[in-house]
Amino acid sequence: MFDTSFYINQVIPALNKGLLVSLSLIFPSAICGLIIGVIIGTLRANGKGIFSKIAAGYATIFRGTPLVVQLFILYFGLPNIGIYLSPYLAATLGFTLCSGAYHSEYIRGALLSIKKGQILAAQALGFSQWSSLVNIILPQAMRRALPGCGNEIIYLIKYSSLAYIITCIELTGEGKIIATKTFRFTEVFLAVGLYYLIMVTLAGWFLKWIEKKLYVPGFGKNR
Amino acid sequence: MLHSLEVVISSLPYVLGGAVNTVAIVVGAMAFGFFIGLPLSLVQVYGNNILKFIANIYVWFFRGVPVLVLLFLFYFGLFTLIDLNISAFWSAVLVLGLRGGAYQSQIFRGSIQSIPEGQLKAAKALGMTDVQGILYIILPQVIRISLPGWSNEYSIVLKDSAIAFVLGTSEIMSRTHFVASRTYEQLAMYLCAGVIYFILTWAGVYLLKQIENKLKIPGYTI
Amino acid sequence: MDYKSNNNTLLEIRNLTKVLGGREIIKDVSLSLDKGDLKVLIGPSGGGKSTLLQCINLLHIPDKGQIILNGKEVSFKKKKEILALRQQIGMIFQDFNLFDHLTAIDNVAIALRKVKKLPKKKAFERAEIELARVGLSDKLHAYPAELSGGQKQRVSIARALAMDPVVLLLDEPTSALDPELIMEVLSVIKNLSESGMTMLMATHQMSFVKNIAKEILFMENGMIIEHDTPKRLLSKKSRTLDFCSKLA
Ligand SMILES: Nc1ncnc2c1ncn2[C@@H]1O[C@H](COP(=O)(O)OP(=O)(O)O)[C@@H](O)[C@H]1O
Ligand SMILES: [Mg+2]
Repeated sequence: MFDTSFYINQVIPALNKGLLVSLSLIFPSAICGLIIGVIIGTLRANGKGIFSKIAAGYATIFRGTPLVVQLFILYFGLPNIGIYLSPYLAATLGFTLCSGAYHSEYIRGALLSIKKGQILAAQALGFSQWSSLVNIILPQAMRRALPGCGNEIIYLIKYSSLAYIITCIELTGEGKIIATKTFRFTEVFLAVGLYYLIMVTLAGWFLKWIEKKLYVPGFGKNR
Repeated sequence: MLHSLEVVISSLPYVLGGAVNTVAIVVGAMAFGFFIGLPLSLVQVYGNNILKFIANIYVWFFRGVPVLVLLFLFYFGLFTLIDLNISAFWSAVLVLGLRGGAYQSQIFRGSIQSIPEGQLKAAKALGMTDVQGILYIILPQVIRISLPGWSNEYSIVLKDSAIAFVLGTSEIMSRTHFVASRTYEQLAMYLCAGVIYFILTWAGVYLLKQIENKLKIPGYTI
Repeated sequence: MDYKSNNNTLLEIRNLTKVLGGREIIKDVSLSLDKGDLKVLIGPSGGGKSTLLQCINLLHIPDKGQIILNGKEVSFKKKKEILALRQQIGMIFQDFNLFDHLTAIDNVAIALRKVKKLPKKKAFERAEIELARVGLSDKLHAYPAELSGGQKQRVSIARALAMDPVVLLLDEPTSALDPELIMEVLSVIKNLSESGMTMLMATHQMSFVKNIAKEILFMENGMIIEHDTPKRLLSKKSRTLDFCSKLA
C-alpha cells in the first residue's frame, strides 16, 4: 500500500521546492517581526505619550483579527486603492506585522517585570541610561521574553502555510497541487505535515538550546 | 467610497449570518477540545509510560502541523478514506477540536502541575482515593487556574476558524470572500470582516475575564 | 543647620530640598562628611532617610540645594557630572539589588568594564580581590539566587568598593537580613570604617551605632532635627534617645 516511488518521484521533489519558498518566507518574517516586536513592545512598556498609544492600538488590532483577514487585505484589498503587492511580499509583510504584534506582548511584559532596584543599582554605579539598557535591562528582558517569543516563531513556521491562500506557492501549496492532480490527499498531506513537524521540532530544540545557554539559576523565580 | 459603503451595508446581514456559524464552529471546537484535552492532561500527568507516550505523540502531532494542512488532510484525505461523510462545517469543528484538544491539554497540564503536592496528599489523608482526590480537589482548582489560558485558546480558535473557509464552510470569511469577489470591493469587505473578528475576539476575551473574576476565590493565587 | 566646613571636608550637603508626589520629602537638609567619618542616619520609617541618600547620589535630582564633593560643587544639570558623581559615591541598598542575571564576580566586574572601561582581565582581577575582601572567594561564580542574604549584601558592598568610591552611602544594609546574618555584614562595614572609608549609613543597629558611629543624625519628617555624637545624644533626654529606647 505504501507507494515509495510516488513519494520519491513526485512528492518529495515538489515539497522540497516548496520548503525552500517556505523558509524564504519564515526567516525574513521572523527577524523583521522580532525587530518590530522590540520597538512596539518598548513603546508600550514606556506607557506614556502618543507613540505608546499608537503602539498599543497596533498590537490590539493585529492580535484581534485573523491572519487570513490581514493577508487578504494586503493582497486582495490593497489593489482597490492602487497598491499591488506580489504574493510573496504580501505574505512576508503580513507575517511580519502580525508576529511583531504578538512579540510586542512578550517584550512589554518582560520589560515591565524588571525590578526597579535593578535600574537604580545600575544608576548608582554610574551607568549611563544607554549603558544600563544594554548591559542590565536588555539581558534580563531577553531572558524573560525568550520562551514567549520563541513560541511565537514556532507559530510563524506553522502559519506560513497561509501564504498558499494568497497564491504564494510554498510547502502547503506544492502539496495541494500534487494532491489535487493525483487525488492522493492523505498520502501527500501526511508528508506535508511531516515537513512542518520536522521544522517545528528542530526550531523547538534550537530554542531549548538557547534557553539552556542563557539559563541563570533562580532568575525570574524570586518575586 | 460610497459604493464600498453601500456594498458593505447591504451585505452586512449576510456576513453577520456567517458570524453565527463562526461562533458555532468555535463553541463546538472548544467543547470538543475540552473533552479531549482534559483526559489527555490527566494522562500526561498521572498516566503510565505507555499512555504518556501516546498522549505526547498526539500533542506533538496536532501542535506541530498547521491548521490549513490538518484541514486538507482530514477533509479531503482521512475522512474520505474512512468513508466519513460529513459536512464542511462539522469537519471544521472536528479538526479544530482535535487540534484544540492538544493545546487545551497543555493548559490543563500546566495547571495541574502548579497545584501543590500537599493538596492531593491532604485529600488522601482524609481517606479519599486517588480518583476522588483528583475529581473533587484537583480538578475544581485546575478549571479556575486554566481560565486565562482558556481565554487565550478562545482567541486562537476564533482566528483559526477563519482558515476553515478553504473548505467552503459558510462562516464570516467565506461569505466575505464571496461578496468581495462578486462586487470587487475587496478592501472594504475584508476590513469589515476584520472589524467583526476584532469585536468577537475582544468581546469574548472580556466575557471570559468576567467569568474569571466571578469564580475568583479571595487570596487564591498560585 | 550650619556645618562648618574645614580642610578635611569631603562631602558637603547644603540646604537640600526634594519634592516627591507633591510633598516635600526632604526639607532643607544640610550635613557634611569629613574624610574617614562614619555618620549614621536614624529615625522613624518614612522620615526620608532613603530619599536623602538617593538624593546625595543623585538618583533623585534635588529640587534645591548644593552638593559639594572635594570642594567642588556638582551641577545637577550636567549628565556627565551626575554620572561622575555616582561613580565616586557608592551606594548599598537595603534589598541588595544585585543584578539577577549575573554571577557574583560579574556583578562586581560589570561596572568596571562598562562604566570604567577596564579591560576584561583587569576587571575580573579587581573583582576577585574585592570579593576576597568581603570573604566570598568561594562564591565567585554563584548567581544571586544561590547566595544567602548576607552573602548578597557582601557582594553588593564589593561591587560598590570596586569602583573606588570616596564615599559610601548605605541604606539600612542589614534590615532585610535574618538576625544571624547581620553580624557578617556589620563586621565588613566595621573593617571598612577602620581602614578609613568615609560612610553615611541609615541603620537601626544600635550597638553598632553606639560603638562605631562618629555622629548620629536623627531624621524625622524630612528634617535632621538632632545631631551629635552617640555618647552625648544618648546620655541626655533627646528625641533620639526616646526613639532608640523604643527600638530595643
Ligand atoms: N517616588 C516617590 N513619590 C512619592 N513619595 C515618595 C516617593 N518615594 C518616597 N516617598 C515618600 O517619602 C517619604 C520618605 O520615604 P523614605 O525616604 O523611604 O523614608 P525612610 O527611608 O526614612 O523610611 C515617605 O513618606 C514615602 O512615602
Ligand atoms: Mg528607607
